[in-house]
Amino acid sequence: MFRIARKEVLNPAVKLLEIEAPYVARKAEPGQFIMLRINEEGERIPLTIADFDRDKGTVTIIFQEVGKTTSMLGMLEEGDHLLDFAGPLGKASHLEGVRRAAVIGGGLGTAIAYPQAKKLHQLGAQVDVITGFRNESLILLEKELRQVASRLFITTDDGSNGNKGFVTDILKKLLEEGNRYDLVIAIGPLIMMKMVSQMTKPYGIKTIVSMNPVMVDGTGMCGGCRVTVGGNVKFACVDGPDFDGHEVDFDEAMRRQAMYRKQEKKSMEAHICRLGGAQNG
Amino acid sequence: MADMSLEKVKMPEQDPEVRIENFEEVALGYTEEMAIKESHRCLDCRNRPCVAGCPVNVQIPEFIKLISEGDFEGAYKKIKETNSLPAICGRVCPQESQCEKLCVRGRKGEPVAIGRLERFAADWYMENCDMNIQAADKNGKKVAVIGSGPAGLTCAGDLARKGYEVTIFEAFHVPGGVLMYGIPEFRLPKALVQKEIETVRRLGVNIMTNMVIGKVLSLEDLRDEGYEAVFIGSGAGLPNFMGIPGENLNGVYSANEFLTRINLMKAYKYPECDTPVCIDRNVAVVGGGNVAMDAARCAKRLGAENVYIVYRRSEAEMPARSEEIHHAREEGIIFRLLTNPVRIIGTEDGWVKAMECVEMELGEPDASGRRRPVARPGSEHLLEVGTVIIAIGQSPNPLIKSTTPGLETHEWGGIITEEDTGATSLEGVYAGGDAVTGAATVILAMGAGKKAAAAIDEYLSGKK
Repeated sequence: MFRIARKEVLNPAVKLLEIEAPYVARKAEPGQFIMLRINEEGERIPLTIADFDRDKGTVTIIFQEVGKTTSMLGMLEEGDHLLDFAGPLGKASHLEGVRRAAVIGGGLGTAIAYPQAKKLHQLGAQVDVITGFRNESLILLEKELRQVASRLFITTDDGSNGNKGFVTDILKKLLEEGNRYDLVIAIGPLIMMKMVSQMTKPYGIKTIVSMNPVMVDGTGMCGGCRVTVGGNVKFACVDGPDFDGHEVDFDEAMRRQAMYRKQEKKSMEAHICRLGGAQNG
Repeated sequence: MADMSLEKVKMPEQDPEVRIENFEEVALGYTEEMAIKESHRCLDCRNRPCVAGCPVNVQIPEFIKLISEGDFEGAYKKIKETNSLPAICGRVCPQESQCEKLCVRGRKGEPVAIGRLERFAADWYMENCDMNIQAADKNGKKVAVIGSGPAGLTCAGDLARKGYEVTIFEAFHVPGGVLMYGIPEFRLPKALVQKEIETVRRLGVNIMTNMVIGKVLSLEDLRDEGYEAVFIGSGAGLPNFMGIPGENLNGVYSANEFLTRINLMKAYKYPECDTPVCIDRNVAVVGGGNVAMDAARCAKRLGAENVYIVYRRSEAEMPARSEEIHHAREEGIIFRLLTNPVRIIGTEDGWVKAMECVEMELGEPDASGRRRPVARPGSEHLLEVGTVIIAIGQSPNPLIKSTTPGLETHEWGGIITEEDTGATSLEGVYAGGDAVTGAATVILAMGAGKKAAAAIDEYLSGKK
């Protein structure tokens, strides 16, 4: 059992849990993920490691409540326990030797982009951070990012923070102004990562994206997380989750992401139904 | 006087029409009367060829004799002397190619039903006796076992009996490995697997789940934590794909994923359990081994109307046990033999809608000794299916190899070991089971775990 040491509500849909998992904390690196299970009937879900504290023996995850499992996860409180928590899985990001980087986070992806920006900053790189959200109330980790970013750009789809637009608008502007990067890291919805990768390609800037496909085990066993990269089939859990954005077949990835949409909806509806029942009863 | 009837006492089974609607066990096991009757078919012959056919050296005539005397507990204990997991072996061992193959009675008529009797003794014990197992006195030496499948459990059990402090590290959330994620409930009930594992725990073995060795701890870390020897039994967890167009369409599964969702994650209980599995009315399973049969029979139970086994050779070359093929046929699985997929065709939104196949014919024998299948030109045809399950084999999981410098492996991923001891290229590191051989059987993995346990004992006894 893995105790929840701290819980924070970052915005109405996004929560942070700091989990006591000393073995995982000892080895965790930015870019890696964990698999967790809440209870005996639960599914195993992968979540990217948002932060870790080797001394305290804790690992932080940040997640958006999109389906039944994440919604149940969001209902847990400090002192509650997770049944299973395995990791760190996947390959760590290679960030050494980078002098100038742009780190781009879309929505929840910002939480995953943060440890990368932090590590780059610690390694002495100059880091421009661009994040985008639907509206001002959803903005994540602004304070944390400010501490590691050379420049921080926050956009909102509806302009409610006074900076209307998409992350790609900012990136385009920065590139056109002549900013040159050794590395662009883009983490967020597949469509965003695809757009960023298309934009950096003509400039020949190495672009890393973090894939988050459907997984069962997270150790290379099921192959459910197949991603086509440069024409070859890779398993995101062991070969990734970071891949070269210029090589990833995003259209296939988007299609595969939708494989369980029907069941996800059904589970969520049943979950809400049960919750309603419990509250009314 | 021995019972000279030519046939085994039949084991009751669930009717095929009924069992395709449930995931409960197909074979129901002998009653006491049936077991005693069958035990009388054993001649208790002097040469005991059956024992030589058992990879873990079960004292077969002795335990059968105890059954014939009505001492079922004694029979169980006799088996247990050399076999840590009798209830499992009695169900999934390919007895027809091991002990029963060598049985004298098989020369004329059917051999003694050794497997069924082993299962009977184990089931009887679990139902009627309290697990009365004493942990041995500890000798103060720590051994790490990676993986809690048949190889790891056997190795750990044998070492614990000798007093070693054994910790098993399991990557999944429950121990059992392929016994839990691979073999379906209707062939091997999971509650029974857990009971068998409990007997290993009571020997003093510590099992840590959620520990992905190679990631959370390296072999070097294990040494630093005081483990003087390591056994790697990490299995063959890497699914093979065919490399044909369309394999990444939605609705294409590796057998590993399909079975793991159903067995380990209990997708057959969805939505009561949260893990879903997608299944169409028409399902093709590619491959001819036990895993393919398991996948096909699961698909049928999940409600598929037409389930095809698509295999490129003929039935004679199928690696599956004849019993599994027989059970699959009874359940209405359709066999498309001498048929090979060439591509999978998708709908506009990326779901499988058909699989294009060619007919094959058998040519000259290949390296495996089986006749090589050759495509018949112009025989392309479509099989209309919405789910495709690829069951053409698994390779050893590369996680440990890729994080352990100096651990030598074959090009295909198998860990290189000395055959008699399981010793690897690293001192104090042993390996066995599918991680060494590639996908094989439960009992061979157990045999390898046993040999390695003896070798580890010898190695650590000699070490000051």
